[in-house]
Amino acid sequence: METLNAAWGLMTGFDPALIAIVSLSLRVSLSAVFFGLVIGSPLGAALAIWDFPGKQVLIVISNAMMALPPVVVGLGVYVLLSRAGPLGELGLLFTPTAMIIAQTVLITPIIMALTREAVIPLRRDYQQLMISLDVGPLLQLKTLLWDARFGVTTAVLAGFGRAIAEVGAVLIVGGNINGLTRVMTTTIALETSKGNLELALALGIVLISIAIIVNAVIYFVGQIGRQYQESAR
Amino acid sequence: MKGGFKSLMLQKAEVSRNGKRLLGPLNLTLATSGITAILGHNGAGKSLFMYMAHGQFTPSKGSVLWNDLSAEATRSCRSFMFQNAPLMRRSVTANVEFPLIAQGVAKPDRQTRVTTALEQARLSHRATAPAASLSGGEKQRMALARALVTRPQVIMLDEPSASLDPASTKELEANVRLIADSGVKVLIATHDLMQARRLADDVLVFGGGSLLVQAAAADFFGQPQTGPVADFLAGRL
Repeated sequence: METLNAAWGLMTGFDPALIAIVSLSLRVSLSAVFFGLVIGSPLGAALAIWDFPGKQVLIVISNAMMALPPVVVGLGVYVLLSRAGPLGELGLLFTPTAMIIAQTVLITPIIMALTREAVIPLRRDYQQLMISLDVGPLLQLKTLLWDARFGVTTAVLAGFGRAIAEVGAVLIVGGNINGLTRVMTTTIALETSKGNLELALALGIVLISIAIIVNAVIYFVGQIGRQYQESAR
Repeated sequence: MKGGFKSLMLQKAEVSRNGKRLLGPLNLTLATSGITAILGHNGAGKSLFMYMAHGQFTPSKGSVLWNDLSAEATRSCRSFMFQNAPLMRRSVTANVEFPLIAQGVAKPDRQTRVTTALEQARLSHRATAPAASLSGGEKQRMALARALVTRPQVIMLDEPSASLDPASTKELEANVRLIADSGVKVLIATHDLMQARRLADDVLVFGGGSLLVQAAAADFFGQPQTGPVADFLAGRL
């Protein structure tokens, strides 16, 4: 109970260490979501709309990558960015940029696969209309992505949820350096092992609140999206 | 198609799926202006004919030519209204605007044309609503507005009144008449004989994937028919 009170004190007192950690978490994960959206959603829509050789293989790979363990992604990015690695020259290891890269790799397949799933029923509904109106492949991609915007929003939020909650990837490529690359999840792991439960608990509460907010937004976006769908005919 | 609709010509056009012939071979020429009704029961091949004529797919054999050009090449001169008009998950305005975007019409021009089209369809008050929230009759009016907004030379209507009540059907028929009077060629597929009698200048009757009759409406409805057409007219086919 005392621990909980102390945790509450940290939160309501806007403890500077706490604020720094939370804001770095948000910065890293929101950046990853941005890149995941820019890369993943057009690819997902393309997989749903266009037919090209090797498409099936790509779908299987992207679906498999949705279940990638974060530590493995972290390891892969670590190898790429480490001093001896191909991108070692850039000196990005143990920086927030490295963490953004790792989380982008982690969530792009999720955004891609969920976007594809959102676009597939639209493509079925729109196909004859698109042919009859002579719509070119690029405008089709743009049109279907826009009309699947509620599904894409859900995909992005799911990606954000995954990014903000993962430990393994950011721990490996960020190194959990105090004041530099320490985010909510890595701090919780560290502080708990040190017995500093107040900070860990405060961060845990923030994380849970974020999860609830994200899921509430997913729910309401779904509600709005339904107004644009026809009931069964 | 420069100079507007002159002719639709089918030469030995056939549709087959999995080795089975579903339609044709069709040889026909449509050269009149006005309204052509495509008649026949469900499964007679009306929709298949309409889809093929618009170039939704290429015929398995033979050719479909509009003013001597392929159906695909002339598609943007025509509008096609589907039986269950697919609604885009957008506002009513955005639905009507979309064909103009597909044709690369500039934004200011698009806006004026969409506004006019919505006024004519009596949908201005619903302009910002999601298309899915429209009633059945409103949806059909929106689909017609979407078909007319590109100012086509030919409009193809596939069972446009299949799910409409009598009042909406009457309004639709009046609109179709106006469209034809403005010089647009109309092809309308319908299983409703009375509708064909009210609207058509000439008729094509399909049965079992073949063209049974091509005739001027006055002749077709004025003279006693024999064989499968008589059966169709009597509702026996």
